[in-house]
Amino acid sequence: MRNVFLFIRRYFNFLFFIALQCICIAMIVQYNKYHHSVGSGVMNEITGKINTKYNQIDYYLQLKKTNEQLAKDNEILRNQLHQNFVTPDTINKIITDSTPFDTLGNKRKWLYLQAKVVSNSVASQNNFIVLSRGSNQQMPKDAGVIDPNNAVVGIVTDVSSNYTVVMSLLHKDSKISVKLKKGGEGGQVFWDGSEPNKLSLSGIKKSASVKKGDTVLTSGMTLTFPYGLLVGTVDEIIPDKATNDFIIKIKSAANFYNLQYVYTIDNLQKADINQMLEKAIKKSNN
Amino acid sequence: MSTLVKNIIRFILLILVQFYVLDKIHVHRMITPYLYFLFILWMPFKMNRTAQMALAFVLGFTLDSFRHQPGFHAAACVLIAYIRPFLINVLIPQQGADTNYEEPSVKSMGGLFPYLVYAGLLAFIHHAWLFMLEAFQFGNFWYFFFKTILSTAISLALIFIAELFFSRKQKFKTNTI
Repeated sequence: MRNVFLFIRRYFNFLFFIALQCICIAMIVQYNKYHHSVGSGVMNEITGKINTKYNQIDYYLQLKKTNEQLAKDNEILRNQLHQNFVTPDTINKIITDSTPFDTLGNKRKWLYLQAKVVSNSVASQNNFIVLSRGSNQQMPKDAGVIDPNNAVVGIVTDVSSNYTVVMSLLHKDSKISVKLKKGGEGGQVFWDGSEPNKLSLSGIKKSASVKKGDTVLTSGMTLTFPYGLLVGTVDEIIPDKATNDFIIKIKSAANFYNLQYVYTIDNLQKADINQMLEKAIKKSNN
Repeated sequence: MSTLVKNIIRFILLILVQFYVLDKIHVHRMITPYLYFLFILWMPFKMNRTAQMALAFVLGFTLDSFRHQPGFHAAACVLIAYIRPFLINVLIPQQGADTNYEEPSVKSMGGLFPYLVYAGLLAFIHHAWLFMLEAFQFGNFWYFFFKTILSTAISLALIFIAELFFSRKQKFKTNTI
């Protein structure tokens, strides 16, 4: 027993070093798995507060760009108003769809919430965006995040009381189910970690007709994003020699360098669907 | 200014500069400018080794919390804090120079070359370990290698600028044990 203590005393520094490294690696592995770390909520609040202070300056310097983006967003919405459409034909009749005015919200599936970006990075291999809206302000968990021009930005991973951490598309674990607008072939978008604003698309068979400049949209197959949100445009098509697939590089539609405002999309029917899936899994297991 | 106050100010300043200035600079995807580990390079000679590692862990963890990826920088910082005393032992010119000066600098290390080796090696180890942990999935050796080399060069340039900006006057202390 005495020898054990002597050993520990003699090699204390080395053992301490090993212990610290183990803690670090455990944190890395655990975080990548569950997206929650020890005391992440507390650290979120502290760094969020400092980030908000910094963002007040950054936001001021980018007011022009933010304004332009919001004006563009308004333009799109204004063009969808009913009063802009005149039907000369008297046989046609405009019928207003009453579902949007469903005040109880029974039929609503997607709920959009606005949030301010307080911190954003593109430089590292795993990039996160921090929003100044948390569970105190009704921020949902696992919601999708888009920018004002309807382009996909990321997925919410961690919500603390006043701040939210979003896993950006520029993260090595980010995977989004997409569709080619023209052909309808489905695939998956991920980031290979090389360049911001350049994403990779896998799972498109060589039989598909893909051209440079084709639009890539969200597939609507997952519970996070509705169908038809912009992800990017095809930039480069490389046939993979080993498999029957193309390796496609796409240019992301969202500009990750100057995000100021984003919208989160909450799927209100998610709980329902998940419940049914669980039931189905249980049944098949029995 | 006492050593403690000086180091606290350094800690805060380096973290803020790293996250709010250097992380916003996008030179090239191969180059990530890092300067915050200068705090570890400038820690006093006469500090307990366990305390050095604990402080390095806190420094790394603070930056990790800002970047929302806990573990990566903390691991790299702890590694260089562990290696630092060995490197100082090898590079310091004569017996007892580390008791005559307070912390590593060009003067206390006895010339530009030993200090450059000291800073360069620690920066290289820091970057190599950090990028290796980050790149578990992107396993491309040459990409990893060049990224480490280029980032080390940028870090050395930044350290050089920092040395010029904050001239640390190292007093020669005699009769100190």
